[in-house]
Formats: sequence, C-alpha cells, structure tokens
Amino acid sequence: MSGKKEEMLLDVKDLHASVEGTEILRGLDLQVKPGEVHAIMGPNGSGKSTFANVLSGREEYQVDRGTVQYRDLDLLELSADERACEGIFMAFQYPVSIPGISNAYFLRTALNSVRRYREESEVDAVDFLELIRSKTDLVGIDEKLLHRSVNDGFSGGEKKRNEILQMAVLDPKLAILDETDSGLDIDALRIVAEGVNALRREDRAFIVVTHYQRLLDHIVPDHVHVLSDGKIVRSGDKTLAHELEREGYSWLEATDASAGSNS
Amino acid sequence: MSEAKELQDLADKEYEFGFVTDVESDTIAAGLDESTIHEISRRKNEPDWLLEFRLKAYRHWVTMEDPCWAKVDRNVIDYQEISYYSAPKPKKTLDSLDEVDPELLETFEKLGISLDEQKRLTGVAVDAVFDSVSVATTFSDKLADLGIIFCSFSEAVAQHPELIRQYLGSVVPYTDNFYSALNAAVFSDGSFCYIPEGVRCPMELSTYFRINAAGTGQFERTLIVAAERSTVSYLEGCTAPMRDENQLHAAVVELVALEDATIKYSTVQNWYPGDAEGVGGIYNFVTKRGLCKGDRSKISWTQVETGSAITWKYPSCILLGEESVGEFYSVALTNNFQQADTGTKMIHIGKGTTSTIVSKGISAGQGQNTYRGLVDVKKGAEGARNFSQCDSMLLGDRCGAHTFPYIEVRNPTAKVEHEATTSKIGEDQIFYCNQRGISTEDAVSMIVNGFCKEVFRELPMEFAVEAQKLLAVSLEGSVG
Repeated sequence: MSGKKEEMLLDVKDLHASVEGTEILRGLDLQVKPGEVHAIMGPNGSGKSTFANVLSGREEYQVDRGTVQYRDLDLLELSADERACEGIFMAFQYPVSIPGISNAYFLRTALNSVRRYREESEVDAVDFLELIRSKTDLVGIDEKLLHRSVNDGFSGGEKKRNEILQMAVLDPKLAILDETDSGLDIDALRIVAEGVNALRREDRAFIVVTHYQRLLDHIVPDHVHVLSDGKIVRSGDKTLAHELEREGYSWLEATDASAGSNS
Repeated sequence: MSEAKELQDLADKEYEFGFVTDVESDTIAAGLDESTIHEISRRKNEPDWLLEFRLKAYRHWVTMEDPCWAKVDRNVIDYQEISYYSAPKPKKTLDSLDEVDPELLETFEKLGISLDEQKRLTGVAVDAVFDSVSVATTFSDKLADLGIIFCSFSEAVAQHPELIRQYLGSVVPYTDNFYSALNAAVFSDGSFCYIPEGVRCPMELSTYFRINAAGTGQFERTLIVAAERSTVSYLEGCTAPMRDENQLHAAVVELVALEDATIKYSTVQNWYPGDAEGVGGIYNFVTKRGLCKGDRSKISWTQVETGSAITWKYPSCILLGEESVGEFYSVALTNNFQQADTGTKMIHIGKGTTSTIVSKGISAGQGQNTYRGLVDVKKGAEGARNFSQCDSMLLGDRCGAHTFPYIEVRNPTAKVEHEATTSKIGEDQIFYCNQRGISTEDAVSMIVNGFCKEVFRELPMEFAVEAQKLLAVSLEGSVG
C-alpha cells in the first residue's frame, strides 16, 4: 500500500439528517479511503437511500448535525452540481427520463459542465463520440441508446447500464450505487456488476447501497456496514454480507435491545 | 421548496431589449372616429377604394363589443386613448440604408438584427417595420427578378392595387371579429408578399416588427399569396422596448395558398411581457389565418411565443382545397404574470384534408397558459384526418395550464385524434442533471428545450437557435 492510499477520501462524522421533519440518519460515521469498496446494507427504512442522497446533495434532505469531509472539502457546503463536478457520482435507483434530449447530448453536456468546472477544455462532438465509443463496450450498451432520449422508454436493465456508462464517462472519485440491483434480473445484474468492476481503480472508491447480498457476489466489497435506524450498527468484511444473507436482519432488533439495556 | 425559489430567480431576468429610441415621431392625436380614418388614409395617400374599405370596417367595428371570452385577466382598453398613426418622420425618400436615420439603425443593431448584417451575412431579405412605416426593404431587386413581390403594404397598395383588392380581407374579413374590424379600419402598414406560379422563393423572407412610440397601438396587416405550385417560407420576429403602460397590438395576417402551393409561416414573438409584478407589457391580440384554396396546397404555422403580457391568437387554416394540409406547431411560454390563450382552428372543408396540431405550453412564475383549439370537420370533408397533441409543462407551483379542445365532426369518415399531457418539471429531473454536474439553470433550459423539440425542428435552422436562446432567457430567474 502506498502512502497516498492512506489518505481519507470521505470522512463522515455523527451525521444526522431528516426529511420533511422526520429524522432518518441518527449519528452515522463512515470513513472511506481511495480504492475501497464499501457496502451499506440494512433493512428497508434504515436510511440507506437517505445516506446516498445526502452525500450527493439532494435538497429535500436536511442535514441537522455532523460533518462530512470529502478530500479537503466540507462537502455539506457544496451544491449538488458542485459535488458532481468535484467527483461524486451517484447511480440512481430510479433514473428519471428526460424526453426530447438525446442520451449523447445529455452526457456531453454533463461532461463539459464538469470539465468547465475543472477548468479543462470542452469536448467537441467528434471527440466525444470517440470517447463514448470506448466506454459503450465496457458496459455492454447498445450504441443506439445514445441517440434515444435520456432513459425514455428504456428497460430496467438499460437504465442501470446507462448509469454505469455515465459513471465511466464522468470519471468520478467516489461512486455511490443506490440499490443498483433493484429490478434487475440475474443477467443484467452481472453485466452491471462487470461494468462496475471494470471501473474499480486505486484512486476511486465505491459506496454500494443494497438490500440484498446477491450484488456483492459480483461486486466484492472490502468493507460491509449494517445500517439500522439511521446509524451503522455493525461493520465487517465481506463475510458479514453472507451472514446477513443467512440470518436476515431480524437479529438487529435483539442488538438494539441489548444496546438499549447497556446504556 | 428551494427548487421553486430557484426557478423563480431564474425567471426574474430583466427584459433585455428594454430601451426607447428617440426618433421624432409623426403621431396623430389620440382618439378614433371617422375623421381619424380619413386622416390616416390621407397621410398615406391612399386610393378611395381603400378608404372605403376602412370606413366600412370602422362602421362595423362601432357596432361590436370588445370580446371577453378568453381565459385572460386584463384591463379594459380605452380605444379613444390610443393614437392610431405614428410614423418616423422621413427626411426624404429612402433609396438605401445609408439614408435611414442612424438612430434607427442603432436600434436594430442593439437588437442584433442590423439590416446591414442581415443583408451581407444571412441572405435574408428584411422588410423592417419600425413603428408603423417600413423604413427599409432589402433584396427586393433580387426577388423581383423571379417575379416575387415582397414590399410594405402601403407600397403594394400603390403598385399592385389589383392584387390587394383581390385578396385584402378575403381570408380574414373585417366582420370576422372585433380586432380584425379595428385593424381593417386603422391599419398603418405591414408586409405584402406574392409568389408567382411555379416559383420557389430562394430565401426565407423575414420581417422584424417593433413597437416604439409610447401609447401608440400598432396595427399591422400582412398578406401573403402563393400562386400555383409556388413555395415560400416567411419569418416574423419581434422585440419591443420597455414600457409601463399596456400597448395594444392587433395585427391581421392573411395567407392564401393556391393549387399545390406551400406557405410556411414562422413566428418568434418576444414583446415586452411586463415587469416581474405584472405591470406593463404588450397585449398581443392577433388574427392569423390561412386559406388553403387550391387542391394539395399546404399552410404550416410555427410559433414560439415568449413575450407579451397577454398573447391571444389562433393561427388557423381553412382547408378548402382537396387534400390540402394544415399544420400548427406552437411553443407558448408564460412567466411572472404573463397570460397566453392560444391555439389554432383547423377547418376541414375539402375531401382528404389533413391537419396536425402540436402545442407545447410552458408556465412558470404565476404565468397562465391556455391551449384553445378547434378541429371542425365539415360535412363534405370525406376522409379528413386530424392529429392533435397538446402538452403542458409547469415550473413551480404558482402557475397554471389549461386545455380547451373543441372538436366538431360532421363527416363519419373523418378521423380525429387528440392527445394531451401535463407534466410538472420534476425536481427529480433537475436533481438528476445536478448530480451529473449540470447547473439548475442549464438543466431547466435543457429539459424545456427537450419538451419543445417537436416544434423547434419545424423552425428554420437559425430561428431554432434563436428560439432556444429566447426560451433560456425568458426562463432565467423563473427557475433554480
């Protein structure tokens, strides 16, 4: 391991967040280093998606307490588009469609927004086409999808693959996958996972939010965290995911109860 | 929601073209009676038949009532407070641009539509209407070689009286409605265009209108006649300087397409919409109608309406010739306190006539946007077909969208389809764009442009680019 790798990419401390006055995250801590893959698991309603949305800067999510340091930045000070430009990417659970705007145009607009922010020159249509062709193979996406409106009439699998394609083009430092496996059959799941694996790099970290262990058979995590009632109640390596698969989340209640009695 | 607030801020961008040119105007006193009509006609050196036409229209107009059925909220207009004639005082007869008042030219420069530039760079012939009198007409000679007539209405009255007498009021009679009667009585100037048999007009014909003198209503009259097998594409683009009081604009546009002729009429309208509190702005009450007179003729209206305090117009097609085609493509955007009640009428009379309506309404701020359209299939219109699609998009939660489709079918073989959707520009969509690094302002502009794509692709290329920019400017401050 190089010294570089020891630098923290993301440092979340005592994060409390609420949606429309309801507190969802209640003191979440997480440290992520470059190159690591962290899986966040947990039952429905435990705050997994909220965490993903808070990190990517969705405004409906109110941060009430805590800090999030990202590289040398106070992440909570940045707007959603600034965070994206700083290298945070979220693959959506339900990617929305934008009728009338071609996928290629959208992606080039996004890429050039990011490049402008980074004070790099914009990519013209020709160079962009070349760039994107090199990426479509990576995620096994049909080039025809580039010319259709963004996610409009895409199948579930096409949408998720499109998310991975966008990730490949925008080249993030921290990629957050929000329940990317939901609604995918096993073949689509494998293709998406292969895309993600191909994008794993020493200087790029992933936070994989998932309810089920099966995605983690394909995207093997370095760390697994169990989220319950808005905070991480257990962390471990990939074997923790298997344990959860066998035993479900019911043991969490027992843990909570014992934690309660200890306090 | 802060998104809504942001949307609002984006829409709050000040009107870019708000300036007044200080040109000495030759304006007659406010008020309207028969002597006003005589005075207008005298100043314009008009022949008796035209004065007679005006007087008949006036006498009819005084029997009519200002209509109030549109879904718009407006002040009562005092027609006696309006001055019905205003012309920049020409120092002498103008032969070239060099002789045009330099201040006038400067105004055009500010608008980015300098005639010079137009002439040299774009190959578009421009008949510029500054207030009520055409100050310069370009490319006429080149067009004249093909037998195309493209000139101011006054000029046409003097030089082609037989054509004017034949077609004036033939599509929009002065009895048609309150404003068409008023226009027929007091119209000051406008454009005339005649494309002879078999001629394909080699360039887009373009007119820029501009309302300038304070308190002066502008009453344009446009007449386009496309003879057998001819084709023409006509562009109309508008901006106006900032004003505090409401200015009435009641134009009449008449199109006539003979056998196998095609007329494409494109409008980008960006008149002063009033300020963010809804004060001022243009009342744009226009009657536009095309007659597909000959078999297999075609008239296509494309409009992008972003300006005016109130837009109230229904560019329509009377499909008289067999297998004639009518089209209407519209984008209407209302922001702040703007109101639009617009749509079309497709009157199917001939056999095998077809019409297409694509309407996109965008409401932001407290804007109110109404689509009102009539598809009327008459008894003899065997096999007539219509397809209508009316989509509305809402930005924020204080605006409104309304759709009133009227369908009357008297022929059992006709096929009429209507689709309508309303969508709210999603915070989900905006967040999705944000998360890809795209700013909220750019995101809204992109989403709205995507929404309008089916209409924009009907516009001539350079107009489409302008229209996209205009939408972005009009939405600035409304979003994000």
